[in-house]
Amino acid sequence: MLDLKEYKCLGEALRAALDRWPDEVCLIEADRDREKARLAYRQFKEAALPLARALQDAGFQSGTRAAIIMTNQSKWLISAYAIFFRGGVLVPVDYKLTPAEQIELLAHSKAEFLVVEYHAWKGIIQAPNFATLGARAVLVTEAPAGADLAGAKCWEDFRGTGEPVFVARERKDPACIVYSSGTAGRPKGCVLTHENYLEQCMAVTPIFPFSPGARYLSIIPTNHAIDFMGGFIMPFTGGGAVVHLRTLRPEFIRDAFTRYKITYMAVVPLILTNLQRGLRERFAELSPMKRRALNAVISINRALTHGRPRLGLSRALLKDVHQAFGGSLRALLVGGAFTEPATIAFFHDLGIPIYNGYGCTEACTAITLNDQKPFRPDTVGRPVRGMEIRTRDQDAEGIGEVIVRSKTVMSQYLDDPEMTAETIVDGWLLTGDLGRIDASGHLQLFGRRKNMIVTEEGKNIYPEDVESVFEGIAAKEYCVFAANFLWPARTMVGEQLVLVLHPESGEPVGEQTAASLAERNRRLLNYKRVSGFLIWDFDFPRTASLKIKRAELAEQIRQAVSREAVVPL
Amino acid sequence: MTTIEKTTDEVLQLASAHFKVPRQQLRADDDFFKTLGINSLQALDLLTRLEQHFHIELPDYELQGVSDFRTLAERIQSRL
Repeated sequence: MLDLKEYKCLGEALRAALDRWPDEVCLIEADRDREKARLAYRQFKEAALPLARALQDAGFQSGTRAAIIMTNQSKWLISAYAIFFRGGVLVPVDYKLTPAEQIELLAHSKAEFLVVEYHAWKGIIQAPNFATLGARAVLVTEAPAGADLAGAKCWEDFRGTGEPVFVARERKDPACIVYSSGTAGRPKGCVLTHENYLEQCMAVTPIFPFSPGARYLSIIPTNHAIDFMGGFIMPFTGGGAVVHLRTLRPEFIRDAFTRYKITYMAVVPLILTNLQRGLRERFAELSPMKRRALNAVISINRALTHGRPRLGLSRALLKDVHQAFGGSLRALLVGGAFTEPATIAFFHDLGIPIYNGYGCTEACTAITLNDQKPFRPDTVGRPVRGMEIRTRDQDAEGIGEVIVRSKTVMSQYLDDPEMTAETIVDGWLLTGDLGRIDASGHLQLFGRRKNMIVTEEGKNIYPEDVESVFEGIAAKEYCVFAANFLWPARTMVGEQLVLVLHPESGEPVGEQTAASLAERNRRLLNYKRVSGFLIWDFDFPRTASLKIKRAELAEQIRQAVSREAVVPL
Repeated sequence: MTTIEKTTDEVLQLASAHFKVPRQQLRADDDFFKTLGINSLQALDLLTRLEQHFHIELPDYELQGVSDFRTLAERIQSRL
């Protein structure tokens, strides 16, 4: 591991890593079962420096913003390193957003350069708001020969000659602008500094150390803070390797575990429950006798590993299960959204070293992690090193809003001092999540105070971001809420959005309106859709500037109707 | 030459068989996430099944932003 205290910025640390382990493998890229690339740190450097030089020749300077819209692959990390080498600020944009949403975030970030995969670029140039794209240079990867790139350049041809000049940044300078959510509403561009990343890396690597030979399977999109840390900064600063798959098909993920002897993998709850389902199906196929034998061994393993993980013992007891995970897995991290304790316990009982945690982009990923000493699936663990956490405004049961102070907390929301001031108060990040810290320092979560949801895929959805799709519906007014904001529930799973509709007076809401709502709802990406609508026959409370007073409206609804009044869409 | 109508019909047949939903309940313009009650990973499973049937390779990104059977069939048709 590099001693990250010695470095001021990510570019410096990554540059040192490339020179420290020149012959170790840092990247493996496979398309299904076909290995496409395998790069040693030296080769990674040889691929990145001509790109950095070309950026330099194109006027890329310290602080220039450059966005990446790509699925997980080697060119993502090569481009990111070239950007950091030139002192740039990286804007990772979610490749799963619609092209129009991507263009909105690019405009908000004021990114001057864009690196984008060909299939995503095809969508962007056809988007209705394409004309608003402000990037002055676009580099397209994997474009077919002769493709019309609408003025963009081929990434593969964008190489400069000669040594590029390395541009160092200070610890407090911005390294990345990461959108934790928000497109049509109010984009939340978290400005994360070099210090935020270096400190986060130092906090987490003692628990998940990387060294040459350790391999991280990169499944969560690299634009997500978890994968950027676990699938780039952590392995690179430890001499480890990142394995990229160009698919999320479960059969190829399973194959990659054994093929590449994966050491670490981070997943979102959706993938974890899918893995759980697959294992359960395999267990169900066992004969009754073998099933009983397996259950007995699982019970023994559970009893022997409750106090602390004993990986060697678990691998010996449950050899077949561990072989299915490649036999080298040291940690399966689950994050991005809340995970059911029963799912975590399922893997723990099998001796699979599963680590859940709690974090947010605003705090540069992990705030707490379950160290399994002892195993506490009812909690999201204890604060990682350097993290102070408290709860404020506690109720009678000691449940309050989780607040965090550490060197990993972002500097600000981009160009939004008002929202920054509401979110970071006296140096404390207000998370909007409700929790309780027990006597042993473990954090338990009990729901949210803020009006938003997080999906099983780890996507933050704010109601304001989906409202525009309902513009023009036959109603006097409408707005969208998180159901658990209207009717507080002590849960962080199964969260849904609800459309509140105030019909024109005397106009009944008939099948036609419901069909129109359903049709509009389908225009949203599937994970952003509202689950139902609620008829509300009163005027919405509004400010002098006619903005809806959401908290006040929510209170009125809460007092008058229950969750059962929601009509499913 | 396979027509888009035939491809769409085959997509609906395969989805019906794979997720055990009666064929008559599925229509080309249905939102398959909702009609089949599946998540995005299960949709990838369907993609694998469709690849085997049509003898083509469909990258994951072909499912990006697609949620109805007809559009999915169009993506397949363009690769036949």
